[in-house]
Amino acid sequence: MKNKDYQDIFSGFKCEEGDLIPLLQKLQETYGYISEEAITYLSRFLKISENQIFGIASFYSQFKFVEPGKCTIKVCMGTACHVRGSQNILDEFRRWLHIEPGQTTDDKLFTLETVNCLGACALGPIVVFDADYHGQMRIKKVEELIQKYRSENERESDAVI
Amino acid sequence: MKNQINAKHLEEIRAEVLQARSANKPCITVCGGTGCHTQGAEVLVGVFREEVRKQGIEESVDIRTTGCHGFCERGPIVVIHPEGIFYEKTKIKDVAIIVSETIVNKNIVETLLYRDLKTKKRIVREKDIPFYQQQQRIVLGNNGLIDPTDIKDYIALNGYQALVKVLRDMTPEEVIAEIKASGLRGRGGAGFPTGKKWESCRSTVSDTKYVICNADEGDPGAFMDRSVLEGNPHSVIEGMIIGAYAIGASAGFIYVRTEYPLAVKHVKIALKQAREHGLLGESVLGSGFQFDIQVFQGAGAFVSGEETSLMASIEGRRSFPRPRPPFPTQVGLWGKPTTINNVETWANIPHIIEKGADWYSKIGTNNSKGTKIFSLVGKINNTGLVEVPMGITLRQVIYDIGGGIKSEKRIKKKFKAVQTGGPSGGCLPENMLDLPIDYDTLAKAGSIMGSGGMIVMDEDTCMVDVARYFLNFTQEESCGKCSPCRIGTVQMVEILNRITQGKGDEGDIERLENLAQTIKTHSLCGLGQTAPNPVLTTLRYFRSEYLLHVKEKHCPASVCKALIEYRVIPEKCTGCQRCVSVCPTGAITGPRAQLHNLDPSKCIKCRACYEICHFDAIAGDAIIIRSRGRSADEQTK
Repeated sequence: MKNKDYQDIFSGFKCEEGDLIPLLQKLQETYGYISEEAITYLSRFLKISENQIFGIASFYSQFKFVEPGKCTIKVCMGTACHVRGSQNILDEFRRWLHIEPGQTTDDKLFTLETVNCLGACALGPIVVFDADYHGQMRIKKVEELIQKYRSENERESDAVI
Repeated sequence: MKNQINAKHLEEIRAEVLQARSANKPCITVCGGTGCHTQGAEVLVGVFREEVRKQGIEESVDIRTTGCHGFCERGPIVVIHPEGIFYEKTKIKDVAIIVSETIVNKNIVETLLYRDLKTKKRIVREKDIPFYQQQQRIVLGNNGLIDPTDIKDYIALNGYQALVKVLRDMTPEEVIAEIKASGLRGRGGAGFPTGKKWESCRSTVSDTKYVICNADEGDPGAFMDRSVLEGNPHSVIEGMIIGAYAIGASAGFIYVRTEYPLAVKHVKIALKQAREHGLLGESVLGSGFQFDIQVFQGAGAFVSGEETSLMASIEGRRSFPRPRPPFPTQVGLWGKPTTINNVETWANIPHIIEKGADWYSKIGTNNSKGTKIFSLVGKINNTGLVEVPMGITLRQVIYDIGGGIKSEKRIKKKFKAVQTGGPSGGCLPENMLDLPIDYDTLAKAGSIMGSGGMIVMDEDTCMVDVARYFLNFTQEESCGKCSPCRIGTVQMVEILNRITQGKGDEGDIERLENLAQTIKTHSLCGLGQTAPNPVLTTLRYFRSEYLLHVKEKHCPASVCKALIEYRVIPEKCTGCQRCVSVCPTGAITGPRAQLHNLDPSKCIKCRACYEICHFDAIAGDAIIIRSRGRSADEQTK
């Protein structure tokens, strides 16, 4: 990424302390995560030390510092989902993907995440693949969904080749 | 007092909209709240438009996406006006029938109607459904009628008339007096009188003041604020403008959770439209009063819901709370006097101004006025948002509105507890169900009103596990500033983990109580002060469950994984092999039509076999989850 790309992202901001979180959000929206390079540029723009930026960014669960996989799986761990068995669903994802929440599979396809509450409690337990909501999850559906996304992705990459 | 303002254009819009919509013109409304949205409501709207065009009646029927109807369990919801016909769980294949039967032929499609759980009869109209009958929908009432992305819909239903009244006829002091007289208390959880807060902010001298709408709805299992912002954003904006006028603020912020993309979108659209109609900006409705609002998206920290942390977050720092006093009404955002109110509080303001404090104060109990929205979730039949007058009992909400406890695998389940107030609240047992819901009685019972989460739990819920769940939540979300909360919650989670793993010691319960008291009294902010509540209330009302876990290593609800095992019941197993096919570790074996064998050493307790075993309706469930703690004889009893 070039300096200009960052300047484009930063344009429209007044370079105030209060701009830090909206800017971090914009960076993450653009690149999917906050890279070290992005923090360096942000630090120059806002005239805040890199340490300070990282300290603030790492406080909030929204910000990621590693490049996420192609598809982010969010398992809702809200109370309504919890009493309907979301822990079992999460365990099943961990077992199938061999990763813990916050990690990405080796093939860079899936990132597993937990989320506190999506506010769609009527559909609990709920799992979101990128922007696709899958409500009333059952243990068995975990494997089905993973396979479905895997084969869709393979088809896509075949098409590219 | 009469001030010169320019609100003629609002009148014109209203007249224009009402004229275009003759009372008899049919209107198909599709719920666009997150619940219905995720179940395919958006696609449904497109299909409706297509179908109407195909049948050549697009001129004589309106189609609208509205805000959340609250009855999320039954989504996607479609309501046909003017009759108010309520169709539930509408699918794409139903669209053609609805258009040709209901819109063209004026017939009702019986199979799509809601069926009453008790009487098993179909109900035609939304307002006749028991879920809605006992509610008093003041804040949520218009959600199902308006398109949240079109300001004209809101204006047509007398929207912004309260603002007109305030700017034209009232002084800021009169507005504050009216809110004080209404008895409105903060809906975010603590229940501080709103009028008093405003008065304190008004009396602080400063050149700049702020108002903030707290929409950082972090409580897991609660989505009232999301629904109001998504479904009727203008009511919140109108409330904020009135509040800003009353305290003399010139700028406002709406602090929304980033997990609510639809709410963010709708609020941004609403703000833009409000600006275009002169409702925000340099001179609100030509009155000379300057005010504007911007949206700030939270970045995923539960503690940001605490008012001082929220302000720190807007200022671009870590969401750390700070000691109060000074209160935000004196020293708030960037050191300026600031009034922070919850979404629901702001949305109540236009109604109070329009209909008067007298009207509002007649609703509710002595010390808690008005209505409260609860998100009724968990093991309940009618999941959704309910708005009820204060003073209604928990039993009425759970059984009359909520339709009672959900059965699982056709087996009726018993009520065990209801959790109010999210991670800061408590679990109340069955004998407390007749408590009237208001700020003070819930606090006396050890729980809190909170922002309105109400999670119903049945006999299959383990109370120790629930306490562990909440503690784990607050421990992870603790900001780490003060040590009682940062270190104490970790200690409590460790003890609870031990207990649920069957490694609990005799003194663990006392240690928990001791820690809980210390954290409660010594923490800096509300998060820490209330974090032990779930443990304290479960210890108070469900102590025997803790004792069973500690002494007998027995989990009566069969939830705690370390304490349970899976078995095949020989008399019930038909040898259908469904469980064999789903078992991921090959722990279940057996040829077709013969008794299956479950090898406990291979079993990872993933529940897959239990969930799938209901093939043979006569034999019932042949897989049983049972606790290791007690002898087999006791289990079968």
